Amino acid sequence: MHKALQLEPEKCTGCLQCEMACSYENEQAFNPSKSRIKVFNFHDEGRFAPYTCSQCSEAWCMHACPVEAIVINQKTGAKEVIEDVCVGCKVCTIACPFGTVNYNSDSGKVIKCDLCGGDPACATACPTGAITYVDADHTGLARMKAHASQTIPKA
Amino acid sequence: MAWTRKILRVNLTAGTCTEEPLNMEWAHKYLGQRGLATKYLVEEIDAKVDALAPGNKLIMATGPLTGTMAATGGRYSVITKSPLTGAIACSNSGGFIGNEIKNAGFDMIIFEGKSPKPVYLYLENEKAELLPADELWGKSVWEADHILHNRHQDPLLRIACVGRSAEQGCLYAGVVNDLHRAAGRSGVGTVMASKNLKAVAVRGTRGVGNVRDIKAFMQATQAAKAALAGNPVTGEGLPKMGTQVLMNVINEVGAMPTRNMREVQFEGANRISAEAMHIPRESDGKPNLTTNGACFGCTIACGRISTIDPKHYTIADKPQYKAASGGLEYEAAWALGSDTGVDDLDALTYANFLCNEDGFDPISFGATVAAAMELFEIGAITTEHTGGLEMRFGSAEALTRAAEMVAKGEGFGRDLALGSKRLCEKYGHPDLSMTVKGQEFPAYDPRGIQGMGLTYATSNRGACHLRSYTVSSEILGVPVKTDPLSTDGKPELVKAFQDATAAVDSSGLCVFTTFAWTLEDIAPQVDAACEGGWSPEKMLEAGERIWNLERKFNLDAGLTAKDDTLPKRLLKDAAKTGPAKGKVNELHKMLPHYYEIRGWTPEGVPTAETLNRLELYEQGP
Repeated sequence: MHKALQLEPEKCTGCLQCEMACSYENEQAFNPSKSRIKVFNFHDEGRFAPYTCSQCSEAWCMHACPVEAIVINQKTGAKEVIEDVCVGCKVCTIACPFGTVNYNSDSGKVIKCDLCGGDPACATACPTGAITYVDADHTGLARMKAHASQTIPKA
Repeated sequence: MAWTRKILRVNLTAGTCTEEPLNMEWAHKYLGQRGLATKYLVEEIDAKVDALAPGNKLIMATGPLTGTMAATGGRYSVITKSPLTGAIACSNSGGFIGNEIKNAGFDMIIFEGKSPKPVYLYLENEKAELLPADELWGKSVWEADHILHNRHQDPLLRIACVGRSAEQGCLYAGVVNDLHRAAGRSGVGTVMASKNLKAVAVRGTRGVGNVRDIKAFMQATQAAKAALAGNPVTGEGLPKMGTQVLMNVINEVGAMPTRNMREVQFEGANRISAEAMHIPRESDGKPNLTTNGACFGCTIACGRISTIDPKHYTIADKPQYKAASGGLEYEAAWALGSDTGVDDLDALTYANFLCNEDGFDPISFGATVAAAMELFEIGAITTEHTGGLEMRFGSAEALTRAAEMVAKGEGFGRDLALGSKRLCEKYGHPDLSMTVKGQEFPAYDPRGIQGMGLTYATSNRGACHLRSYTVSSEILGVPVKTDPLSTDGKPELVKAFQDATAAVDSSGLCVFTTFAWTLEDIAPQVDAACEGGWSPEKMLEAGERIWNLERKFNLDAGLTAKDDTLPKRLLKDAAKTGPAKGKVNELHKMLPHYYEIRGWTPEGVPTAETLNRLELYEQGP
């Protein structure tokens, strides 16, 4: 069974603990600018939304890569960038419809979420449960349950 | 490490930006942020300098934990000499700018001199330059923020900025960052504007690393986060209700300063409280509170994001105020509401938006309006002075018009921009100013909470609750409950809170964590990040050293023990209602003993022995 990141923006407070956890896991420094997950602040609406790669099955980035530097981790289902193979051509950043693959000018390679090998640091760090790591086939379970509760006749 | 060990020195007169190494000997004694920047300021300026002259300096300083994963590790402070008080000013802010300065590679930025023309600092990692701000001058913080994001084509740029109030010389203007977080008190923004410095725009991508023992750091910060989450105040009360959770509590205990502190309870408290912010309104079915929002790295998230009722008179024809923005915190709700007698939640939210948009301190502003209202009611101020405005207690119209005038420095707003002390002196009633050392009181009446009287009287930046929040002990029972109506043990309590708070304010963490944390929780986080063996005892000693250094600066600036006092109203006029009915603040019972346990003379001067013990005799570099 694969697991997936479940993002619930209504629970997000915009604290950026996830961005620090992600950058620490991958860059060994607290550096939100190098985070694979980003939190957006829709200021005028008073809303926050975390966003990152959803690990598409038929991943555009993977198919677009001319050097096969993006491969599937069979254990987690994550599409991972093999740094040694990546040539930094950025075609994947164009191919991804969601903008979740990005170029890192410090390394000359692209970076994207790899689910931290199956223990995503962002989900561990999130203080409000806005980011959780759940059964990939049931990311809608919590919402289904909430709506299901409304179908029960009131006593 | 955690310190970047670099500072950026910006000479505005010469137009130069230069890097220099951080003085690590000082860092090991003063930690960072409030303490370390105070040390730099004390060494570099004459304490007697005119606060608005080029000779004053302004320091933006982060702490060693700023920009790390420690919960609330996003704070920065602005340190300078205050034009409002003539004392040391140190205003702390959250938001995201502190982290960005750290990520750009600097522990602090020192601004000196005065630019011949309006400029802003653009800092992108080690690239620092002063750019012309002609197009920004005369614009509000919100407008300038928008212009700068567009000009640099960078949505991730973090900006700290002064508003029109600061440009116009309002003595309690702050420095606003991230649109609605502020280094708000003591006129630090006034100093920034006096240097022709409009804004600081920062983009940092270097990362904060070099943590001394990363494994220990992650363990310590993890345990500390769990403590915040499990605490009823930081885990439930503050996220849900914000600091406004206090409104009804403080009103109940009879410590809610009302109508320029004539009374201690406000009959309209429940209409401007946290609870009121949750009630859906008639016009659009939405409550005042949209959501809670966090500052950088904060797992509490007490910040309020609010909207004003779209049908409210203040914004009916002003679409720019119909979006969500920073809502009422307890201090603002009190000063704009209870202290002026106004119980219109939307009028308060509107005034608060203007305080953010044009960068003036809602505490000092509200308290100054309250003083003006009392002066108006006794006839010392008339509609001739106010341009026709009836400055009566309870008038939402008077409050919101006053905010509009102070924001732009127009009309009677120029008098209100002087602050309560100078306003009351100008109109012949200095006794009506509810200030200490020229700074307006915050939201706790010291007749109902005795320790806060000593807190205010001895605060190094004038009346302030954030220098020793004994409310925590006297009302909330954290860490131990003490009787708010008794002076017993209060000198010891105030000293302990002052020293611990000075240490927390120097770390990069938020003082609100101390509802759940003591130095026993904080020291392990600092110690894992920084070399130097930061035990709770060492942190407390650093706090005491910082407190005494600030005191020394104030004494050198010309303040004396005579300034360690409260307005007569609080010492002579008893509370009229509530649990504190019949009480005045008994400062005289606390102050002499406080001086004694501080190791100060009866004249409030640190003894040679005290200075030696705290190693405060050292000379500059």
